[in-house]
Amino acid sequence: MAEYKRPKTKAEFDKNFKQKKPLMNDTEAFYEASRCLFCYDAPCIQACPTSIDIPLFIKQIHTDNITGASKTIFDSNWLGNACGVVCPTGVLCEGACVYNHQDVPPIQIGRLQNYATNKTIEAEKVIFKVGKPNGKKIAIIGAGPAGIACACEARTLGYDVDIYEAKDKPSGLTVYGIAPYKITNEEVLKEVEYLQKQLSFNIKYNNAINSKKELAILEKDYDAIFVGVGLGATRHLGMDGEDKEGVVGAVEFIEELRMKQHEIKIPAKVVVLGGGNTAMDAASEAARMGARKTVLAYRNSKQKMGAYGFEYDLAISAGVDSLFNVTPIAITGNGKVEGVKFAKTEMVDGKLKTNMNNTFVVRCDMVIKATGQAKQGHLYDMIDDLDIDNKTRIKINDEFQTSNPKYFAGGDAVNGGAEVVNAAYDGKMAAQGIHNWLTK
Amino acid sequence: MIDLSINFGGIKAPNPFWLASAPPTNSGYQIMKAFEAGWGGAVWKTLGVPVVNVSSRYGSVDYRNTKMMGFNNIELITDRPLADNLREIEEVKKYFPDHAVIASLMVESRSEWEQIIKDVQNAGADGIELNFGCPHGMCERGMGSAVGQEPEVLKTIVEWVKEAANIPVITKLSPNISHITDPGLAAVQGGTDSISLINTIKSIVGIDLESYAPYPIVDGKGSNGGYCGPAVKPIAMHMLKDLAQHPEIGKVPLSGIGGIETWRDVVEFILLGATSVQVCTAVMHYGFGIVREMEAGLRQFMEEKNYNTIYDFAGKALPNVTDWKHLNLKHKVVAEINPDKCIGCDLCYISCDDGAHQAIALPIDTTNRIPSIIEENCVGCNLCSLVCPVEDCITMVKRDDGTESLTWHERTLNDDIPVTFDDDRAGGKGHFVPTPADALKHKK
Repeated sequence: MAEYKRPKTKAEFDKNFKQKKPLMNDTEAFYEASRCLFCYDAPCIQACPTSIDIPLFIKQIHTDNITGASKTIFDSNWLGNACGVVCPTGVLCEGACVYNHQDVPPIQIGRLQNYATNKTIEAEKVIFKVGKPNGKKIAIIGAGPAGIACACEARTLGYDVDIYEAKDKPSGLTVYGIAPYKITNEEVLKEVEYLQKQLSFNIKYNNAINSKKELAILEKDYDAIFVGVGLGATRHLGMDGEDKEGVVGAVEFIEELRMKQHEIKIPAKVVVLGGGNTAMDAASEAARMGARKTVLAYRNSKQKMGAYGFEYDLAISAGVDSLFNVTPIAITGNGKVEGVKFAKTEMVDGKLKTNMNNTFVVRCDMVIKATGQAKQGHLYDMIDDLDIDNKTRIKINDEFQTSNPKYFAGGDAVNGGAEVVNAAYDGKMAAQGIHNWLTK
Repeated sequence: MIDLSINFGGIKAPNPFWLASAPPTNSGYQIMKAFEAGWGGAVWKTLGVPVVNVSSRYGSVDYRNTKMMGFNNIELITDRPLADNLREIEEVKKYFPDHAVIASLMVESRSEWEQIIKDVQNAGADGIELNFGCPHGMCERGMGSAVGQEPEVLKTIVEWVKEAANIPVITKLSPNISHITDPGLAAVQGGTDSISLINTIKSIVGIDLESYAPYPIVDGKGSNGGYCGPAVKPIAMHMLKDLAQHPEIGKVPLSGIGGIETWRDVVEFILLGATSVQVCTAVMHYGFGIVREMEAGLRQFMEEKNYNTIYDFAGKALPNVTDWKHLNLKHKVVAEINPDKCIGCDLCYISCDDGAHQAIALPIDTTNRIPSIIEENCVGCNLCSLVCPVEDCITMVKRDDGTESLTWHERTLNDDIPVTFDDDRAGGKGHFVPTPADALKHKK
C-alpha cells in the first residue's frame, strides 16, 4: 500500500522526507539535558567511535554554554553536527545510555549534539584555530567525511591542505548517500562551509585523481597523501537482464534523489534487492517518492539481514513490503524492466541453498540493486607498493599509514563501508598519524 | 472522623492551611478566591503607611529543570491605602465568617500601633500578626527585621500591641539572627499569644552576567531580597524545632512558614510542633489550587495513622531531634547495592571515591558496570544511597544488633574520648585510606 503521494514540489518532497531527528528547540534541549546523570566513565563515551565527552557537552548545554558544548563535540569529531543526526545513535551512544537498563528512554544524545553544533554554526561562532604554519603540505583524495576530518585536523597542526574531489560538492556520502529524512543537503553543506571558513583548506572540485601521472604530481608536490575515496559504484551482479532500462544501483539512485529531489520520477512498482541499511534506505525512499508498491527482497532470512532493526522498521512504516529467502536469478522484460525472477532459498546445513525448482516473478517497473558497492581498486592499483586485503580494502597500521609510507588512508576505503562517524574518526586520527610521521 | 479545624492561640480556622502575608493576600479578591479553593486562613499583606514599590520585584533560583526552587522578592508592605484594605477585610469576613483573617501589621510609633489595631479590629479581623521579619527596604526604615533582630525592642512593641489589642496576637520572627530563641523568648515575655516563623532570609539569588547586577534588576542595580521557596524549608524547620523545644516558647502555638508546598512538607512542620502552616511561594508558583494536594495528602496520612486532628501528632518528631552528643555511636549501617536494580551509572562509585570514604569498587568484570561495596571501608555515611538515581537500589542496612548504646556524652562522662592530637581513640584510626600516590593516573 502506498502511504505517500508522489511529491511534485520541493515542499511536498520535504513533507514526505520529514526529518527523523528534527532540530530541538531551546526548551526541549534544556529539559532533555537536565535528565543526564553525568555517569562516571560514561558508557555513552565508550560507545562513541570518536569518544566525544558526552556528559560534559550535555552539562554545557544545560548551563547554556552552547559554544563550549560545540567545542567539546568538535574537539573529538569534526563532523559533529552531521553525526548528531546521521549516526545510528540507537546502537551507539544512546544504546549505551544507562537509562536503557531502567526502561526509561535514553537521553537523546544525537539530537542534543546536533542542537548545540547547529546553534554554533548558525551563529558563525569562531571556535577553531589554525595551527602555526609548518611549511608542509598534505594532499587529500576525496572530500568525504574522512577527507574533511583529516583536513581540519591537519590545519590545526599547521599543514597546508588541498582536497581533490571528483564531484562538485563536499562531504561525500553524507550529502550524496544518506537518506534525505536523516539530514538535509543544506545542513550538511553548511557544516563543511563553517569548518572551511575557519580552517581554510582548499577543495578542488571536479578533480578526480584517475591516473598514475596525477598521483606522481601529488607525490612530488605534497609531503603526505591521505586516501579517503570511499567506495565506488554499485557492484555488477552478473545476472540475466541486469542491463535493462530501469535497473539502477542503490548508491546511484540515492545520489540522484538527493540532488534532484522531487524532479525525479519513480514508477509505480519498485523492487529493491538487498538486506543492508542501504537497501532499507532505498526502499523507504522509493515508497516516499510515491511508488505504489515497493518490495524489498533479501536472499536470506529476516534475522540474517545486515540492516539495523530500526532501519527495517522505518522502511516497513513507509509502506514497504518484504520478501525473505528469495534470490534474484534474472530480470525480465523487453528492453525495459518488467519484473524480477526469483528463486526460493533455504538454509541447509548452515549453507544458503537456492532451489531452482521453486521460482516466481515479481512484476515491477524498476529494480534497485542495493547489493554492495565496488571498491576503488583501479586507483589502488596505481599507487606503488600499496597493500590491500582480499576484500580490496586498503591495509593500514595503527597510525593510519599504508604500506607506502607517504600514503595514509581511512573511512570506507579502509573499513569496507561503515558510518560517517567512523570515517570522521579515521580522518582525524590519520592527520595525527601524518603529523607523527612527518615530525619523527 | 478527621477534623482539620484548628484553634491557633485563639484564632479559629477550618483547617491549618493559611496563606502567609505576601503578594497572594494583597486584596480581598485574592483571599476570597483562596478561601473558595480550600484555604482555611489568610494573613493579609502587611498593613501600615502605604509604600511605593519598584518595578521588577522577584528573582528566582532554578535548579536543573525545576523553576523557582528558591525565590526572593524586594517588594515592600502594602502599597494600597488602609481604608481600601479595611473595607475588603470587612467584606471577606461577611462571606467567610468561619475562616481566619489575620491582619499583618507594621508601623513605627506606639500611637500608630494603637490606631491601626483599633482599625483592623473594627474591620472584623480575627487576629493580628506583627511583621518583625521583612529583611528588605522596611528594615532600612527601622521596621520589619530591624525589630526582629533586637529582642528588647521587639518585646516592647509586643507589650504595646497586647495592651491595645483585644484579638489574638501572632508575632512573626525573622530568621536573620544567630539564635531564634532570643526574639522568640522576647515575644513570649512581651505576652504574644503565638509565634509564626520564618520570614524571608536576606539573599542575593543571582548576578546577571551582562550587567553585573543582582536579580531582580531595577534599572541596572539591585538590592538584597527576602529568600523563600522550597530551598529554605530546612532552615525554617530547624528554627521551628528550636522554638518548639524551648521550655517557655514551646508553650505558645507556632505557625510554620518556609518552603511549604506539599502535604509532606505540612506533615513535617506539624511533627516539629507547628499547628498552622503558612504558604506563599507555592501559591505564587502554582496558584491557590495547590492546596488540594496538601489537604488530600494530609487527610490520607491522618487516615493511615489513625489521627483525628492535627493535635494528635503535632510535635511528635520533637523528642527525636536531639543534640549530636546524644546519638548512639554504636549504631552501624552499611550500604548495600541491589545488582538487579543497578543501571551502572557508577555515580555511587565516584561519589564515594572522590567525595567520601573509598568504600565502593568497580567490577573487575568489564561486561557489567555494577559496583560493589567494600564493607570494611564503609562508614555508613549514606552518600551513595543519596546519589543513586534508582529507587531502592542502594539501601543502608543495619549491622549492629541494637543491644549496645554509647553516646559521646556518655564517653565524655567516662573520660573515654580522644584528648590529644594523636590519641589512640581517634574514630578513624586504622580505617583504610588509600596512599596519596594511588590517586595519580598521569603524574609520575
